[in-house]
Amino acid sequence: MSQNIVEIKDVTFTRGDRVIYQNMSFNVPAGKITAIMGPSGIGKTTMLRLIGGQLKPDTGDILFEKNSIPQMSRKALYQARKKMSMLFQSGALFTDMSVFDNVAFPIREHTQLNEDLIRIIVLLKLELVGLRGAKNLMPSELSGGMARRAALARSIALDPELIMYDEPFAGQDPISMGVLVKLIKSLNNALNISSLIVTHDVTEVMTIADHVIILADKGVIGEGTPQEMLEHSSPLVQQFLQGLSDGPVPFHFEAKNYIEDLFTNQSAGEFQ
Amino acid sequence: MIGFWQKLGKATLARFSSIGRATALLIGALFNVPNIKKGTPLLIKQLYSVGFLSLIIIVVSGLFIGMVLALQGYTVLQGYGAEGSLGPLVALSLLRELGPVVTGLLFAGRAGSALTAEIGLMKATEQLSSLEMMAVDPLKRIIAPRFWAGMISMPLLALIFSAVGILGAHLVGVDWLGVDTGSFWSIMQAQVSFEKDILNGIVKTLVFAFVITWIALYRGYDCIPTSEGISEATTKTVVQSSLAVLGFDFVLTAVMFSS
Amino acid sequence: MVSRKIEILVGFFVSLGILALIMLALNVANAGIGANGETYILKAKFENIGSLKIRSPIKVGGVVVGRVAKIALDKNDYLPVVDMEISTDYSHFSETTAVNILTSGILGEQYLGLNPGVLVNNAGTDDDELNDLFGQEELKLLADGDFITDTKSALVLEELIGQFLFNQGGE
Repeated sequence: MSQNIVEIKDVTFTRGDRVIYQNMSFNVPAGKITAIMGPSGIGKTTMLRLIGGQLKPDTGDILFEKNSIPQMSRKALYQARKKMSMLFQSGALFTDMSVFDNVAFPIREHTQLNEDLIRIIVLLKLELVGLRGAKNLMPSELSGGMARRAALARSIALDPELIMYDEPFAGQDPISMGVLVKLIKSLNNALNISSLIVTHDVTEVMTIADHVIILADKGVIGEGTPQEMLEHSSPLVQQFLQGLSDGPVPFHFEAKNYIEDLFTNQSAGEFQ
Repeated sequence: MIGFWQKLGKATLARFSSIGRATALLIGALFNVPNIKKGTPLLIKQLYSVGFLSLIIIVVSGLFIGMVLALQGYTVLQGYGAEGSLGPLVALSLLRELGPVVTGLLFAGRAGSALTAEIGLMKATEQLSSLEMMAVDPLKRIIAPRFWAGMISMPLLALIFSAVGILGAHLVGVDWLGVDTGSFWSIMQAQVSFEKDILNGIVKTLVFAFVITWIALYRGYDCIPTSEGISEATTKTVVQSSLAVLGFDFVLTAVMFSS
Repeated sequence: MVSRKIEILVGFFVSLGILALIMLALNVANAGIGANGETYILKAKFENIGSLKIRSPIKVGGVVVGRVAKIALDKNDYLPVVDMEISTDYSHFSETTAVNILTSGILGEQYLGLNPGVLVNNAGTDDDELNDLFGQEELKLLADGDFITDTKSALVLEELIGQFLFNQGGE
């Protein structure tokens, strides 16, 4: 872990009155696949937005290639974003363009290449994700898995140094999940980039991740290789990795005493 | 009592931050002049969806409003033997009031709501975030072309509305009710002034276009990205921009035509 | 990428809008007075201008030759002075020209009626000789900014009725 592409330092982030992170720190090593895992609702997507500079932490610092993201000017931030890309949960393809134009979009926006060259690059990227045959389809004609692959082709169009995946496996059937897992692994090796996967699909991601970070309770509860994680002593980590329904993370949402609640009169907020 | 003050303070702060965000959006749209090569196709696309697609409703409403004006005006004017004044009656009502205002209301309903819904959906499907992450400014790419398309389309639509309305009035007044075609046009020409009536009408439309597009874009951009939030934002766009059109119309009329 | 179809339709939309503007400007508002927009100013002082307004038409024998440009009160005698903007197509009114404030119909608006009087022929020498022959003084042309002296004020209904009653009483 000599080189880190992203460093999170002592970050605290609150939304309204709710504290999402409290003095959290971790590193994302360069050239490897890092997985951030944790129960849903823990603010994993928020983490990606913080790294992308769409949100700013209350305190602490986020370094991308040793430069502080929250302190960047708008212009510098846009320059930094050209080196990273993000695969959104829904794919976020532009619905008014064909698959080809979607992939060509960042190239057309940020380079002065001519159309012939753009065509070659787009076809190369589409071939990588196996969608060269679908280049003329509109996003509405794609299945969920294909849309995500098309979006993946778009996010590697400019050869970024860091790709962030937001829940890439959510709602996918086993086959397309397998395809995506393989794609992420092969892209990471072929393009020599760093990948950051936010997910709660433990088994899939454990097979490809080099580095695992588990978030819970407003901070990092465990960090290391998949093997180290499986042998981790914390009951919280074990509960999450093995998918036990009850444990340190309670099954019930915080509520007052069950018996008391059943046999008292209606409280404010119900049936008004 | 303290609860009341707190609520009032919270509402005030929320209102101010909302105005602030709307202003930031406007400034982003106004001063992010996109370069001509990339901006023109985007503008043309928006002129098509904001302007051209609103054409049918504008032409049909203009025609019918012109015809109804002629019919109503004729029955009243006939009582004084002043059918000849039908021309200026129709032309002045259309150019000064009905053209800008009705076009504004229709534009808010047809194009404004569509803009809000489109941008709201882009936000809900993370297309706006995705643009930002691709280092493309959504204000430049999404908001600015739509804003300028609205500013260009509205005056054109209002002019078309007035012209079609006058033709409709001619159809009813001259061809059906038998007003003399010569006096219809000549008295109209004697009474209607290019600077005072037509140009002031255009100024009105520009103000309305500014307000409607601004509200529509802001509501879409600032909506809560759920289906409920988008429907609420769309409703707000139509209600607020219609009220704004009527309010500004009164103020502008008072300033322009009261002397 | 924008398709050709969309480009054509937008072009159609924009030209339709411009066409509407041209139609409104020429057919509805009749921007300007005649074919050429050049005008000159004549002034006239009235006792009473009634409801004459700026942009009221100025007619000769029912033909519009210009419009009222300005209405102001003379600072010395507090009489209304009307500036008339007249097309340079009609530029040789003589000093015998009279101007009346007339009303079109009972409820109609008021306008200025010019009565050209003796016309000055600007053709030249022949007339001069004739005038010399009859020992007639040469009539001067009204130029930009000149006053028309022969004016008749607007009829005010109340004054008319008052006069009528006064005359009745006198008999």
